[in-house]
Amino acid sequence: MIEIVLKMLFIVLVIMGAFLPLITWVERKQSAVMQDRIGANRADIMGVTILGLLHPAADVLKLLSKEDVVPRGANRVLHLLAPVIAMVPAIIVMAVIPYGSTYRFGDHDLNLVVADIDWGMLYVFAVGSLATYGAVIAGWASNNNWSLLGSMRASSQMISYEVTMGLSVVGLFMAYGTLKLPEMAAFQDQTFRLLGFVEHFALVETLPAWLAWIQLPMWGIFLQPLGFILFLTCIMAENKRPPFDAPEGESEIIAGYHMEYSGMRFGLFYTAEFLEVPVIGMLVATLFLGGWAIPWLPQAAIIGGVTPVFGEGFATAFCMILHVVSFLVKTIVLIWLQMALRWTLPRFRYDQVMDLCWKMILPLSIANIFATGAVILFLQGRA
Amino acid sequence: MEILFYVFAAISVAGALGMVLSVRNTVAGALSLVGTMVALGGIYVMLEAYLIGALQVLIYAGAILVLFLFVVMLLNLRRDSFTPERQPVGKAISVLIGLAVLVQLVTVFLGSFGPPAELSEGFGTYRSVGIELFTDYVLLFEVTSLLLLSAMVGAVILAKRKID
Repeated sequence: MIEIVLKMLFIVLVIMGAFLPLITWVERKQSAVMQDRIGANRADIMGVTILGLLHPAADVLKLLSKEDVVPRGANRVLHLLAPVIAMVPAIIVMAVIPYGSTYRFGDHDLNLVVADIDWGMLYVFAVGSLATYGAVIAGWASNNNWSLLGSMRASSQMISYEVTMGLSVVGLFMAYGTLKLPEMAAFQDQTFRLLGFVEHFALVETLPAWLAWIQLPMWGIFLQPLGFILFLTCIMAENKRPPFDAPEGESEIIAGYHMEYSGMRFGLFYTAEFLEVPVIGMLVATLFLGGWAIPWLPQAAIIGGVTPVFGEGFATAFCMILHVVSFLVKTIVLIWLQMALRWTLPRFRYDQVMDLCWKMILPLSIANIFATGAVILFLQGRA
Repeated sequence: MEILFYVFAAISVAGALGMVLSVRNTVAGALSLVGTMVALGGIYVMLEAYLIGALQVLIYAGAILVLFLFVVMLLNLRRDSFTPERQPVGKAISVLIGLAVLVQLVTVFLGSFGPPAELSEGFGTYRSVGIELFTDYVLLFEVTSLLLLSAMVGAVILAKRKID
C-alpha cells in the first residue's frame, strides 16, 4: 500500500510539480528561439528574471486573482464542473505508464508502475475517450453559440481521432503481442540486426558488408515507423493544441468552448492541455521509444556489469536510477518535438482536420495493420 | 474492495434515476447516463471482466453518449418542447414492454442464487475473448460487421440525398 502511494507521489510530483510549471516557460522560450525573439524575460523580482522562469508563477498569480464570471443563463453546476472534468483524464492516465522496469531487491520485487494491469492500453483508450466531456459540457453550459460551436468541433474531432488512434497502434500490439505497458517497455529492451529481416534474399549480397554489423534497439519506432507518425498525429489532435486547435479557432469562433471562462477556471482548461503534453510524451516514449530502456544496454547487462565492483544492491539501484532518467529524457525529447510542431505548423482548417483523419490516417493505419500481419506471418513461416 | 462495489452501484443507480427523472432537461439526462455507464464499467472490472469493463467506458461513455449529447445539444430542446400529450396507445405499449423487462429481470435474479461460478483460466482477458471471437464465433462476428457496414452505407446515402 505504502509502495503504491510512493510510486503515485513520484510520478505526480515529477509531472505536475516540475514538468507542468516548466512547460509554459518552455512554450514561451522555445517559440521565442524559433522566431528569433528574446522571449519571456519581463517578470522579475527586484530586477532578477532568471531566464524568464518567474513567468509561470506570475501566470498563476494573475489567474488566481481574476474575477470568476459565470455568464447569465448558463447552467451553473455544469459550468463549474467542466474544467474539473477536463483535468481528470490527463491525471489518471499516468497510473498505467511504467517509468522503470521491475527490480529485485533481496526477495522483494519493485515494479515502477502504479497500476500493473494486463489491459493497460485499453485503459488508456477508455480514459482518453472521457476527455471529450470537458469540452462538450463547457460549450453547452456556457449558453453561448460560439462556445457551443467550439464544443461541437471538439467532440467530432476527438471522436474521429480516437478511432484512428486505436487503429494506428494495432500493428504495434501485433508486433509486441501484448497490451500491457510494462511488458511493451521490457520487449523494447533488446536489439535486432538491421538486416535480419532480409537475410534470406539474394539482395543482401549487393549491400555493403558493414550493414550486417548494425544492431538497432527493438523500439516501436523502428518496427512501426508509419504507426509512430500516425499515432503521434492522432494523439496531438486529441490534445487540441495547434495545429489541431480548430475547436478554439480564435479567428473564426473567438475562443470556442473556453470563451465564457475566466480566472483560474480558464486556467484549469489551459493546465489540462499543458498537462497532456508531458503525458503524451510519456505514452509515446513507452510505446515507440523503448520507455525506460537504454539502447544497446539491456537491464541484465547493466546490473551484471556493475555488480562485481559495487555489489548487487547498489547495481540494481544504479540501474533503476539510469532507467528513470532515460525515461524522463525521452519524455523531454518528445515534449520538445510537440512544441516544435506546434510552433511550425499553422492551424488546419476545420474540414482539413476531418479530411486528414478519415481520408488519410484511417486508410493508412488499416494498410499498416495488413502489412504488419503479412510480415509477421512471413517471419513465422521462416522460423 | 466491497466498499468499491457499493460506490459504483450507488453511482449507477443514481445516474439511472437521474436519467429517468430529468425528462425536462435532456442534456442533464444524457450526462447522468454517462455516470451510469462509467460506474457499470467499474463493476465489470470488479467482476474480472476487464475487456468488457474497458469497452463499456470506451464505447458507451466515450463514443455513443457523446453522439447522444451532440444531437441533443444541436436540437437545442427547450423545456416547453416536452409538454405532456395524451398518447394512450404509446403509454400502454411502454408499460407492457416495461413489465416484460421486469419479469425477465426478476427471473434472472431469482435464478442467480447459489455458489459463485468458478472462473476459467484467463477469464475476461482480451486474449480469451479475442480467441473465442475469431474461432467459434467468427461467422457471427462477420455478420455483425456486415450489418454495421450496411447501416453506414445507408446513413451516407440518406445524408447525400439531402445535399444533392
